[in-house]
Amino acid sequence: MAYEFDFSFLADHWPRLLQGLWLTLAMSGLSTVLGFLIGVTGAIASRYGSPAARRVAYVYVEVVRNTPLLVQVFLLYFGLSSIGLRLPVFATAVIALSINIGAYSTEIIRAGIESIAPGQIEAAECLGMSQSQIILRIVLQPALERVFPALTSQYVLLMLATSVTSQISAEELTGIGNLIQSETFRSFEVYGIVALCYIALSLVVRAGLFGFGLLAFPRRRRLGTDL
Amino acid sequence: MPEFGPNQFVFLLHGAVWTIALSVLSLVIGAVFAFVVALCRISGSRTVRAISAIYVQAIQGTPLMVLMLISYFGLNILGVDVPALVGATIAMTLYVSAFLGEVWRGSLLSIPRTQWEASECLGHSRAARMRHIILPQAVKISIPPTVTFMVQIVKNTSLASIIGFVELTQAGKLVNNSTFQPFVCFLCVAALYFAVCYPISLWGRHLEKQYNVVR
Repeated sequence: MAYEFDFSFLADHWPRLLQGLWLTLAMSGLSTVLGFLIGVTGAIASRYGSPAARRVAYVYVEVVRNTPLLVQVFLLYFGLSSIGLRLPVFATAVIALSINIGAYSTEIIRAGIESIAPGQIEAAECLGMSQSQIILRIVLQPALERVFPALTSQYVLLMLATSVTSQISAEELTGIGNLIQSETFRSFEVYGIVALCYIALSLVVRAGLFGFGLLAFPRRRRLGTDL
Repeated sequence: MPEFGPNQFVFLLHGAVWTIALSVLSLVIGAVFAFVVALCRISGSRTVRAISAIYVQAIQGTPLMVLMLISYFGLNILGVDVPALVGATIAMTLYVSAFLGEVWRGSLLSIPRTQWEASECLGHSRAARMRHIILPQAVKISIPPTVTFMVQIVKNTSLASIIGFVELTQAGKLVNNSTFQPFVCFLCVAALYFAVCYPISLWGRHLEKQYNVVR
């Protein structure tokens, strides 16, 4: 093979890569938190809401889950600017990602809520707990505990999906990779390094969420086990 | 400046055809490799298991967008000038092989241990055990998640737009560049994706229910 690999661009550009890495983490962290809140709201709405609220939650989940993230990002970015609303790229990206991950979280958390045995809720009612207490303590907490592994996988996928926002020129890891590539023409090496960064990030995020799970759910119930 | 009209919509439809073509291509080729990955992941050899595990970790830890860029530019530095369709298919194949391979590995492992043991006691070879005992049962289990995964494939072909492959999303970008009506244009794009994906989602859910009832 006549091609010679050349990684010398790293010497000059590594601080930018690090910056991109940081932006990727910030973007995915923020969207994860927002998406989780949307997910909890959506799941409660689709389980306990009025018929109209359920309908809205269903349409939201299905529309988001059956269209590509890239198109959602374009729709929001170009759509908002065409009606004269100009937000910074980072804000647009976080909004789009939160809407996206919110739908997946809704679906996952709803599955968790449905796995709670009706006897639990009846028992709580007999003990005289209020409706909000029951939803929070008896339904939501164990439900989240059960679906936490599924949520973890979804949030790691979200972290990888932030790369899509490079298409609206967000300067996260892939976006920085695009910039360095256009300056050095070392496309294969640049994207190779970017890929390694993502692999490392996904391991870190997974480990971080696992640790968070240990802290948040000390009893560590497994998915599908009876309470 | 052209308005968004029937001509533009027909152009989007052409893009949608390419989206479906790329999806089918990556599903078919990816499925072959996914099967190999699934078998390697449960192989008797520790080395094969370790290598395939690293492969899956690496692919699942890399965004598909970066895979697209690597496979496209990687082929270029090999000196072959390939069409974007080939680059996109290679990236999609890698993606499908890792994710679907893990799904199928799960299906294989969900066959009760006793089935494997009984087959061994009957003196079946490894190949015969796979072919006659495990696979027929595992295939049935794997169908609902595979159908659900097809939605992911269709949606993710949208990333082929970044290496210039004119599928639905790229067609949408081109139309938007000429009409400057992003709302109409990308709403149509989203609607077309929805029209393809939603029936598959419903089908997958139907299969899941059916399977659960049978079990």
